[in-house]
Amino acid sequence: MNIILSSISQGLLWSIMAIGVYLTFRILDVADLTTEGSFPLGAAICGSLLVNGISPWIATLLAFIGGAAAGLVSGYLHVKWRIPALLAGIITMTGLYSINLRIMGQANLYILGEGTLIQSVQDLGVSKTVAVLIVGTLAVTLVIGLLHLFFHTEIGLAIRSTGDNHAMSEANGIRTGSMKVIGYMLGNGLIALSGALLTQNNGFADISMGIGTIVIGLASIIIAEVFFHRLTLAKRLLTVVLGSIVYRLLLLLVLEMNVDPQDLKLFSAILLAIALGLPAIQSRLPKLTSTKTKGGSLS
Amino acid sequence: MNTALELTDIHKSFEVGTVNENHVLKGISLTIQKDDFITIIGGNGAGKSTFLNSIAGNFPIDKGYIAIDQVDITRTPAYERAKYISRVFQDAKMGTATRLTIEENLAVAWKRGKKRGFARGIKESQRKIFKEELTKLDLGLENRLKMEVGLLSGGQRQALTLLMATIVPPNLLLLDEHTAALDPKTSEMVMNLTDRIIKEKKLTALMITHNMEQAIQYGNRLIMMNNGQIVVDVSGAEKQQLTVPDLLNLFKKNSGQAVTEDALILG
Ligand SMILES: Nc1ncnc2c1ncn2[C@@H]1O[C@H](COP(=O)(O)OP(=O)(O)OP(=O)(O)O)[C@@H](O)[C@H]1O
Ligand SMILES: [Mg+2]
Repeated sequence: MNIILSSISQGLLWSIMAIGVYLTFRILDVADLTTEGSFPLGAAICGSLLVNGISPWIATLLAFIGGAAAGLVSGYLHVKWRIPALLAGIITMTGLYSINLRIMGQANLYILGEGTLIQSVQDLGVSKTVAVLIVGTLAVTLVIGLLHLFFHTEIGLAIRSTGDNHAMSEANGIRTGSMKVIGYMLGNGLIALSGALLTQNNGFADISMGIGTIVIGLASIIIAEVFFHRLTLAKRLLTVVLGSIVYRLLLLLVLEMNVDPQDLKLFSAILLAIALGLPAIQSRLPKLTSTKTKGGSLS
Repeated sequence: MNTALELTDIHKSFEVGTVNENHVLKGISLTIQKDDFITIIGGNGAGKSTFLNSIAGNFPIDKGYIAIDQVDITRTPAYERAKYISRVFQDAKMGTATRLTIEENLAVAWKRGKKRGFARGIKESQRKIFKEELTKLDLGLENRLKMEVGLLSGGQRQALTLLMATIVPPNLLLLDEHTAALDPKTSEMVMNLTDRIIKEKKLTALMITHNMEQAIQYGNRLIMMNNGQIVVDVSGAEKQQLTVPDLLNLFKKNSGQAVTEDALILG
């Protein structure tokens, strides 16, 4: 039971990363690999600040800002220098590897014993798992609530419109380039925030912790879309949180079957391939009821 | 004083410096008065769409001068020209954002060419206007404000796009075969709507069509393009009395070419 609760609590922290991926992948309609660098960037910034005795609030906030800066770089490369989105992400991600090493000063950084957000909740007298559940729930609620508000402002509508129909947006006087950059910044800021929270949960930051994050994020989104269709933005983001939790539980299940942890990434990759291929596979099996997923629907 | 749009000697070539170099617009000059509703016809590849795209600013022109209400916009980027110009395209998919709702699409159009900030995207006062305007379309869309536009039919979408383009009256409305992809009945519905809105809001409009009858029936001025140039330009009483045979004769006289009628009429 406890192990399940622990998976759920971690799913909450990971879901913020998946929400960040959702912003670029579904709302902007670009595949952004910056994720793999901005996630450990958040971890590195948060970890090294905590080790230096900085308040976990400030460390977490700065991690978000750092991620947004990484998004700014990718967005700028893509929009202004017209580098294809996939390549822009790879460029930033590669550069971030060195930057993350510089920030941490070593390949991994232990923050055991430092004050973390989770620790401060634990100090109220609850167990670690409950503390993570509380922090995760609060963070997810705050993030989804703010995104809901933001994407219903004039600028928020313009960003969604840009990702949906570029020509129409331009014809309506939207500065599509700037809108994309804002989307990149928000998305990667959230991804770094997730990295920062997970560092506080795990007690360490690791240079290679970004590997496979894009797959985890996409898997969570696709799981959500396979089961739920046509939702408003806030509800869609909630299902992405569910998707992240389901993904963690699946991992737990696989580990319980005595699978070697080093094979987990292979499992993740296969899971994502199947989830993405499902519509095509199903259309070849006309007997099954079709579950066409056409992106996240918004309103 | 009453000039809405001034175009002087517009030239545009594509793929310059390659074997495919294509001189599409070859010196177009045109003065458009306020409240003019001009129909444009011409064969495939005559440069009609390129002409409207030059006005909207989709690409820089090679030579020439464009002014709207006496403001020089020759070098102004498309998103800034949106302050003055709105458009409806042939493809109904191009004019609306499919995953946004009807009211969200209208809200995007409401802010055309204006600064967007952190205010609520849709205010109650706007919603009321949207409802009223949608009611006038008579398609029942006023009860479906929160419906995703992707679920609408082509005709409904095109009518919505037309409303979006005119809900804040533009200085210039550009229509590029916006009824061509619709079935005859829907096409007529959208065309009537277009004519009504243009008259009601006293808009200045340019409309490309492949239908000569339509070009003659609507508007107060007719332009025919051929090979990147304007070869026929009739307005006023002359336009009102125009028939399809007249038009074919005019084309022959001015371009030195006989018309293969279907090159003009058919898409
Ligand atoms: N963006 C572009 N790049 C290269 N060539 C272009 C571009 N846009 C138009 N052209 C070329 O310019 C010529 C004129 O095209 P245009 O679309 O303006 O014709 P049109 O009069 O609108 O024709 P239709 O009636 O078929 O719509 C064509 O030869 C076309 O291939
Ligand atoms: Mg055309």
